[in-house]
Amino acid sequence: MDLLLAAIGVLLVSGIASLLVRNDSRQSSRVAATGVVAAAVLGLKPVYSVLSSGQALPTAIYPWSVPIGSIAIGLDVLSAWFLLLVLIVPSLAATFGCEFLKAFAPRKSLGGSWFFYNLSIAGMVGVTIARDGLLFLVAWEMMALASYFLVVFEHEREDVREAGWTYLVASHLGTAFLLALFIMFGQGSDSLDFIETASGTGITQRLADAPSGTLDVMFVLAVVGFGTKAGFMPFHVWLPETYPAAVGHTPAVLSGVMSKMGIYGLLRVLSLFMKIEGFLPPTWWGCLLILIGMVSGVLGILTAVAQHDLRRILAYSSIENIGIICIGLGTGLLGMSSQNAGMAILGLAGALFHVLNHSLFKGLLFLGAAAVEQSTGTGNLNRLGGLLKQIPGVAIPFVIGSVAISGLPPFNGFASEFLIYFTALREELALTGASAVAALSGIAALTLIGGIAAYCFTMVVGIGFLGAPRTPAAASARPVGLLMQVPLWILAAACLAAGLLSPRIMPILAPAVENVTHLPGIEISRYLLETGSESQDIFSAQALLEQVVLVTGSLLLVIIVLALIRQQLLNGREVTESGTWGCGYLKPESTMQYTGSSFAQPLVDLIGSVLQTRKNVVLPIGLFAKTASLRTSTPDINREYLYAPVFRGVWGIILKLRWLQHGRLHLYVLYIAITIMLLLLWSFGFGESPPTTSPGDPL
Amino acid sequence: MNLNSLPSLLLALACAPFLLTVINRTKAFFAGRQGPMWFQPYYDLWKLMHKGAVYSRTTSWVFRAGPIVGLASVMMALTLVPFGDSPALLHFSGDIILFAYLLGLMRFFTVIAALDTGSSFEGMGATREVLYSALAEPALILGLASIARVTKTLSISEMQDAVTLEVWRDSGMVLAAVVAALIVVFLTENARVPVDDPNTHLELTMIHEVMVLDHSGPDFGFILYGAALKLWVLGLLIVDLLSPPHLNFGNPVVSWLVSASLDLGGLLLLAVVVGTIESVIARLRLIRIPQLLVGAMALSALSLVLGRWGG
Repeated sequence: MDLLLAAIGVLLVSGIASLLVRNDSRQSSRVAATGVVAAAVLGLKPVYSVLSSGQALPTAIYPWSVPIGSIAIGLDVLSAWFLLLVLIVPSLAATFGCEFLKAFAPRKSLGGSWFFYNLSIAGMVGVTIARDGLLFLVAWEMMALASYFLVVFEHEREDVREAGWTYLVASHLGTAFLLALFIMFGQGSDSLDFIETASGTGITQRLADAPSGTLDVMFVLAVVGFGTKAGFMPFHVWLPETYPAAVGHTPAVLSGVMSKMGIYGLLRVLSLFMKIEGFLPPTWWGCLLILIGMVSGVLGILTAVAQHDLRRILAYSSIENIGIICIGLGTGLLGMSSQNAGMAILGLAGALFHVLNHSLFKGLLFLGAAAVEQSTGTGNLNRLGGLLKQIPGVAIPFVIGSVAISGLPPFNGFASEFLIYFTALREELALTGASAVAALSGIAALTLIGGIAAYCFTMVVGIGFLGAPRTPAAASARPVGLLMQVPLWILAAACLAAGLLSPRIMPILAPAVENVTHLPGIEISRYLLETGSESQDIFSAQALLEQVVLVTGSLLLVIIVLALIRQQLLNGREVTESGTWGCGYLKPESTMQYTGSSFAQPLVDLIGSVLQTRKNVVLPIGLFAKTASLRTSTPDINREYLYAPVFRGVWGIILKLRWLQHGRLHLYVLYIAITIMLLLLWSFGFGESPPTTSPGDPL
Repeated sequence: MNLNSLPSLLLALACAPFLLTVINRTKAFFAGRQGPMWFQPYYDLWKLMHKGAVYSRTTSWVFRAGPIVGLASVMMALTLVPFGDSPALLHFSGDIILFAYLLGLMRFFTVIAALDTGSSFEGMGATREVLYSALAEPALILGLASIARVTKTLSISEMQDAVTLEVWRDSGMVLAAVVAALIVVFLTENARVPVDDPNTHLELTMIHEVMVLDHSGPDFGFILYGAALKLWVLGLLIVDLLSPPHLNFGNPVVSWLVSASLDLGGLLLLAVVVGTIESVIARLRLIRIPQLLVGAMALSALSLVLGRWGG
């Protein structure tokens, strides 16, 4: 615990220090990034001890002068799992940022940006360890508000200010739901902590005593509130605006880690619910999550294909991956509802594993995209090309990340998707009614997502990094510094390692699953850990992943052997270089290559009516036709067709109440007086007594 | 790991190119030609393996990695599909997912190797390939899921064993729908008519062939051999569903010989069917292909529904 507090302290101090030396940009980068790395080193020790032993650290409570709050912090395996991401990815991104921000140094002071970077990471650390509702919300807002300043780093650009505003609005709407959620947690008590107490006023007892339907309302509040941060469709609209606008290294943290805090919050709430004796989540909870996952996954990746900007593609692919996680969570919840331990455990394990994996490869891809933008000056796929030859130090890890995110073996994306698939497929056999339909639809969505993700990332790699450079900017890509390349390679290696070591990760995950489901450890080790044998039906996740790794490991060996064979075959034979075959056309131009738009065109044409892609075509008409052009853009359908009308409607209703706002002060005073009168009447005359007067008395 | 299946694996590695001859000779029969020699694909491979190579100046290591990763992936996929009377070399619950994704890895690298040449023809083929396979993948996985439903297992080897005559009697509709969907997937993934025409000589209309225009020498040999193995492995998946479960004649060698020749016969028959399809119908227009694939997807989905509520 002390080490974690020390880590937060280091983050804050180094952030402030970086602000103090803001006149010297290099110094402030160095100070802040060192602080982040040092905090990670400090924090990793307790995280390691919790993850390796599977034992939670005892909750520590410090007094706090705020009325209903207390500084209660704790670290169980669930927290440690998420804290691991918070420590690793941001410190790699900070290392990257040190070098990356140099380009801004002449015209911008970096101190402020670093201050908010460290502040937002301190906030995330706080979110994962908070055991008190108020503390959680404070940390949550610290994370959310500080990252607003990261988004608007380049505030002189109008699109960035616009994106920042969208982010701020969405974040606040989300927090509004969380506020309501935590107030409901506090019902019947004078504190908001999540801690068990012996006196019977602990959170579990309060939740168990809550009137029926309360938990349903709380679940929906949690899904909306945390889902807004995670990027569940349709609460995601801020996300594709924010990630492309935020400065270089920060989207890696926003997408790789901060969006996962939404998943963490949801899991924490579920873990509190699951503690209640005899509580089974209603079936519709799981169905709702699977539905959200399907919509996010399929629409997310379809929209991604239709984009041209590298970071916007990655943003939509984040929504897709959150969708996959959500399908896993939903399947797990269905398992809990139907008291099917295997499904609950495997589904959750798959979702938790995918959280880690997405954090690794999306961190890698966003950092890679930032490096590409700095090196070439553009993130538009149609203007790139040939980067694998120009900047191999960035491009090779990026290709690895792309294979991993497409869920292909032998990388980590496959391992977690395999678990989610396996759970849904296996349990689909056991379920009936609505749950079976949900599980089936989840499988169907996963297969579609898989195919289209491959479409999307062959496009990103093939158009952006391969072939010939499409523009002079791409042809003259500047090499990037070593500090920017090393984090990419580390993350790429982590993607391969997490894939090949996936069986070893299951024992680490098992206690985290226990933290959420509160199922007996013996069940959990049966489904996650036990090694099977040839004769019996193998289905513990670890045993299955060992088989998978056997295949993928041999795959790597076969690849090496085949490469050696080819080398032998070509040894001593004539190997020449020539131009690409162009059907006899001798003067090929790099502009004749396929572009991102043309690569996406068949799919976009097929589903254009869903995505509402806009085409601006100028056809070559007439006998002596001169120009022809094609421009496509795919704005977010939710933003255009869901939120715009809703907000217009709300605006319309509010306008009708405008007569209340007349600007006459004495009437405003009258409003206040009337409100107080009514409240007094309600509390003394008609209503129940307010909860604070009778602490401990269950409602 | 089931080492008994090693002979089957070697048989597959040796005989896969032969399926191409069968297809081509069937087509020749319909066209009234004599057709290629029986071992023509082997001569072709031999020749390619002993050539030098020409690489486009535009390409990078991705272009060179494409054929190797592709061949390695399909070889590993081969270890998951049973042949003859014994389970596949590797079999475990959920291997159907790994099978589908190994083919996905092969495709990913073929596509990015094609895009590495910077040729717009290859780009054209690549985009078609990823679109059609993105549509074929749900048909494949949902189809396998509904067999899983009927046979209560998630392993291809166990499915093969569990599809008995009784299963066909009880849920024949389901299996028939899946087999139909799998045949469409088989034709699509192997670039056969009506999706793609391996005989076409116009770059603008090709799908798979156009992606490998720039490969030469051993690389092209790897690609052709990988394509033959893919034909074998996807065909075997269909044959496994149609062939009777493990036969036992007391003597293991006899049992193996009988079931292996049944499976081999099934594969050859499938090759004849492919040749016949290619002889009697024309390929579809490109914009019609998604409709065919969505149709296959719908068939797979229908089989799932049938399996759940009808069977």
